[in-house]
Amino acid sequence: MKNTVKVHSFHGGIHPPENKKQSTGAAISAAPVPSRIVLPLQQHIGLPADPLVKVGDRVLKGQQVAEAIGRISANIHASTSGTVTAIESHPVPHMSGMTADCIIIEADGKDEWIEHSGLDDYTSLPKPELIEFIRQQGVAGMGGAGFPTDVKLHLGDDHIVNTLIINAAECEPYITADDMLMRERADQIMGGIEIIAHLLKPLHIMVGIEDNKPQAIRALHEALDDSPLNLDIVITPTKYPSGGEKQLIKLLTGVEVPSGRIPADVGIVCQNVGTTTAIFKAVTYGEPLISRIVTVTGQAAGHRQNYEVRIGTRFADLLDHAQASREHIHRLVVGGPMMGITVTDEQIPVIKTTNCLIAGSVEEMPPQPPAQACIRCGMCEQVCPVELLPQQLHWFAKGREFDKARHHNLFDCIECGACSYVCPSNIPLVQYYRFAKAEIRKEDDEQRKADHARIRFEARQERLEREKIEKEERRKQRAIDAAKAQAAKKDAALTKKPAAAAAASTAAPDLKQLKQNAAIARTKLGKAEKALTNAQSKGQDGIEALQATVQQLQVKFDTAQKAYEKAQSAPAPVSTSTAPVTDLKQLKQNAAIARTKLKKAEKQLEKSEANGDDADTIATLQKQISELQAKNIAAEKAFKDAEAGDAKQPSAPIQIDTSELEADIAAMQAKVDKGEAAWKKAAEAGSPAADKMAAGVEKLKDKLKALQDELAQIRVQSSNTAAPAPVDTSDLEADIAAMQAKVDKGEAAWKKAVESGSPAADKMAAGVEKLKDKLKGLQDELAQIQSNNASAPAQVDTSELEADIAAMQAKVDKGEAAWKKAAEAGSPAADKMAAGVEKLKDKLKGLQDELAQIQSNNASASAQVDTSELEADIAAMQAKVDKGEAAWKKAAESGSPAADKMAAGVNKLKDKLKALQDELVQTKGNDTATAETAIVETEIAEIAKPDIKELKQQVSIMRTKLKKAEKQLSEADDSEDTSELAAEIEQLKQRHDEAKATLDKAEAEKIAAAAQEGIDLKQLKIDAALARAAVTKVERALSKAEQDSKDSLEAELISAKAQAEQLNSTLERFSE
Amino acid sequence: MDAVLIAILVLLGLGLVFGILLGYSSIRFKVEGNPLVDQVDSLLPQTQCGQCGHPGCRPYAEAIVNTDEAINKCPPGGTTTIEALADLLDVEALPLDTEHGEEQVKTIAFIREDECIGCTKCIQACPVDAILGAAKQMHTVIESECTGCDLCVEPCPVDCIDMNPIETTLNTWQWPAPKAGVELIATDRKPAPALEGEA
Repeated sequence: MKNTVKVHSFHGGIHPPENKKQSTGAAISAAPVPSRIVLPLQQHIGLPADPLVKVGDRVLKGQQVAEAIGRISANIHASTSGTVTAIESHPVPHMSGMTADCIIIEADGKDEWIEHSGLDDYTSLPKPELIEFIRQQGVAGMGGAGFPTDVKLHLGDDHIVNTLIINAAECEPYITADDMLMRERADQIMGGIEIIAHLLKPLHIMVGIEDNKPQAIRALHEALDDSPLNLDIVITPTKYPSGGEKQLIKLLTGVEVPSGRIPADVGIVCQNVGTTTAIFKAVTYGEPLISRIVTVTGQAAGHRQNYEVRIGTRFADLLDHAQASREHIHRLVVGGPMMGITVTDEQIPVIKTTNCLIAGSVEEMPPQPPAQACIRCGMCEQVCPVELLPQQLHWFAKGREFDKARHHNLFDCIECGACSYVCPSNIPLVQYYRFAKAEIRKEDDEQRKADHARIRFEARQERLEREKIEKEERRKQRAIDAAKAQAAKKDAALTKKPAAAAAASTAAPDLKQLKQNAAIARTKLGKAEKALTNAQSKGQDGIEALQATVQQLQVKFDTAQKAYEKAQSAPAPVSTSTAPVTDLKQLKQNAAIARTKLKKAEKQLEKSEANGDDADTIATLQKQISELQAKNIAAEKAFKDAEAGDAKQPSAPIQIDTSELEADIAAMQAKVDKGEAAWKKAAEAGSPAADKMAAGVEKLKDKLKALQDELAQIRVQSSNTAAPAPVDTSDLEADIAAMQAKVDKGEAAWKKAVESGSPAADKMAAGVEKLKDKLKGLQDELAQIQSNNASAPAQVDTSELEADIAAMQAKVDKGEAAWKKAAEAGSPAADKMAAGVEKLKDKLKGLQDELAQIQSNNASASAQVDTSELEADIAAMQAKVDKGEAAWKKAAESGSPAADKMAAGVNKLKDKLKALQDELVQTKGNDTATAETAIVETEIAEIAKPDIKELKQQVSIMRTKLKKAEKQLSEADDSEDTSELAAEIEQLKQRHDEAKATLDKAEAEKIAAAAQEGIDLKQLKIDAALARAAVTKVERALSKAEQDSKDSLEAELISAKAQAEQLNSTLERFSE
Repeated sequence: MDAVLIAILVLLGLGLVFGILLGYSSIRFKVEGNPLVDQVDSLLPQTQCGQCGHPGCRPYAEAIVNTDEAINKCPPGGTTTIEALADLLDVEALPLDTEHGEEQVKTIAFIREDECIGCTKCIQACPVDAILGAAKQMHTVIESECTGCDLCVEPCPVDCIDMNPIETTLNTWQWPAPKAGVELIATDRKPAPALEGEA
């Protein structure tokens, strides 16, 4: 038999002893039906099959028991009839010797076929259906790897298949399964090839067969004669491993399959002869792959021959049937001696790829001699069929240089074992390669997993980031929505209320202005008059100038008043149009206010009467009371009217106007508070909306101010026209108190912001400053009114002033504590706070000066001074100084940067103490002072009343010195020489006069300037009012709470107290 | 003299041409970021476990590249990673720093599902979203996504998460490393009666 095709050759290869003759002596015989069938779910490459049967199911021969999952998988069929007894882990033929899931069928011995039928004419069937049919029969490659055959049959879909090669080489020693198959079932093989050829439509079909199988070659030729197939039976020289797919392709076609590619890539498909018979059986008879030819050989096997064995037959059964002598079995090898695997468990079943079972004796398969060092003989390289460098690969694998091994094409190694076979040092080279391959695969797998994990991790990070941003945006959106809602509410409120107000303001904006002008003129006039009377009563100089001023002012006032009246009479319905107030609540409030006022006035009257005040005062008070009563009645009537539903009747216009305004202010106040709270929250949270909110709050505050201005103006007017002055001031004071509270609040918020390092702090500071300005404005007003009011009562209540001072002091303490805290925390706002504290201190000083002055006034007037109070003040101051010093020392010891500042503060406090002490001395000295000094002092006191602080201070210092000297003189009178002292006194007097003259001059200048510009001399009063307001805040607020919301104010009081306590404790802790 | 001038001009011209070429390519083929960080990062096992003391694999990679952090702080990567890093960075491969943990068998998390209370804490801890579940619902680990980083074990309030070693299946089984042969001298070798069998 000659080849019609040129046979090529491949590199290397070996010629081990064939040992095939032992098993070809007998024909293939069918192995008996075993008592138990073990069907591993994975007998092929790819995914394991999925069981279709349950334990206890009866299955028939050829019944599908597991179905393929995915493309590369194969169905599994029962190889005999019986009952499924278990689906469990069972040893399987695997290099690892591990167990895997198997379907275990207890055979019933009937070997009952399931109904099955082949295809009459497979050519009439569409190819995909035919392939699917073959797939259903569970056909898998029977040569070695067990690759699902249907996948290979699909190769025609996406590859151009030029050549079909049927692998009949069977190069490995011992194995004769394919040989015997060809000898006995060549027609089936031809039939199978026909089917494959039909599916793949190759141009050329070749059967590669080694020349050591002459009988098989003959049988094939005979079969070929009966077949319509046109194929070449190519006889190749016997050489291991010519049966390797790529080697056979090289032999038959001369084409080398590129590294990492499959034969189909070069237009070649290989099928094993065993597979062709399986395909034939499947298609022609409908018989699934349930049995195969297995060579049982080896010196320990009794009958060395080929058996047709059912898939799932355990080796033990097969060996029993072959009468293998167990005691002689040294190694049981599945597959050939070169590439097969050694198994230790006879319970392992025959699977689709099991072509040989070698029961090797110890002589046949001796233990592997110990490996020795590689001598670099290079024989392995000469035999390698893939032209690798086995020696190099060995080194790389041994040294775990897997990358290098990979670069030396380790993965092209077919693990044929030729290199190991020839190795003179018995190095298990293949094992090294398998190990290296496994490691590289593991690394690749890990790398893949790592990449996957990184992708997932990055995706997660991205998602979290995105979610964060989205959350932030949602939050912002919510804030914007809330702001919008708020704005809408505000708009609604504005359109509702100031509809009337707007009408009024648009109708008479000039009226308002005029009113204000008139009020200002009136105030100035009042002041000037007061100054004039004062001057007249004291018999001072410059009365003429004052009179002139008064007249001038009178003229101005008249003009303003006239203009106002004119304006008022022209658009008369302004106030009345706004008058109809139907709000019961407001009316009720009005009535309550009127009632309170009345009560207050009555009380005052009683007091006056009890004190035995002059008749004029009492008469005035009585008049006021009667007026108030009238008003009260009117208010109550209005309320009742409104209550009765008779709301159309307009009530007292001015009264109602104010109340309405007050209500507006309250509402506005609430809004401002709300806004501030929201803004603070936002600022703390560092929201970018804080700036906007701050602006909003500022606007609201402006509005509030406008309203309050209006109210104040109306009040001034009403106080001038009808309402009694003292009562009005209380209202104003309450306003001031509220404003004060706001300022405090603002300051607290600002401090908080500064501490938390909020960027809004500067703005807040500005806001607080504004608030303070406003407060000052209000206080100015109050002072003005009070000065108007107070022109009558000569006696000033110093206790109130003292309380003011105490309050101021508390404020200063608070401020200082806060500032210290800030300075310690290194806050940048500390400087600002320090400035604030300084301001407060200045104010305190002013107050104290005033107190001193008033006290001296009192002293001069009543000639009886209560020094005990002053002494208490001094003691308190002393305590403060001590405390401050202690704190300072502590701070200095701890090296605080605030120590310098504190030292300055302590020094200031000391100065104050000194001043107080001076004053005390002075006051005490008054008692014993001579008439002359008293007069001078009174003069000074009177003149010093208007400010120009420094001069005044100088004068007072002079005075103190003078007095001291005089006192000394009076004490030293009787015995010692007084001439020296007298001289000193003279000197001091001179200096005192000088100072006084300077002061007078400055004062005169100031008065003149004031008269000219209309600026009042109220600095001191302002300070006093400011402090007073702070003290009376709580009381007023409480009394007001009877009308308004008592609870909230009480809460405020409590919180204020708590804050005070906290600050105190902080201070104490600090000073300790 | 001409020859010298020509030579100078030619050299200048060449310098100019190559300068322009280099300048252009430095703009055209500009590499964003440090590619070395990416390379190092790709060698790390991406468990994001933080055993190295860095909050994830990339920060460790950045530290290695930018601040000369030691390369032997990755227990999940083990010797393989250290060697790969040493190879990449051309530094000495160090033994694994056991301070950061020892190389252990690969594990994956397993939630004992009947004990799970559905607190979602492990879900938040998992850097690769390998845990599935919802509040008050039983959680489970997606095995194929789990990197075995251990981070879910700590937050579990009922300690229902086990780190199980990954089971070897037929598909994941590996050939072990061959035993090193005994270094015999030739005369110690027993004569092998038949050489045909070698597996």
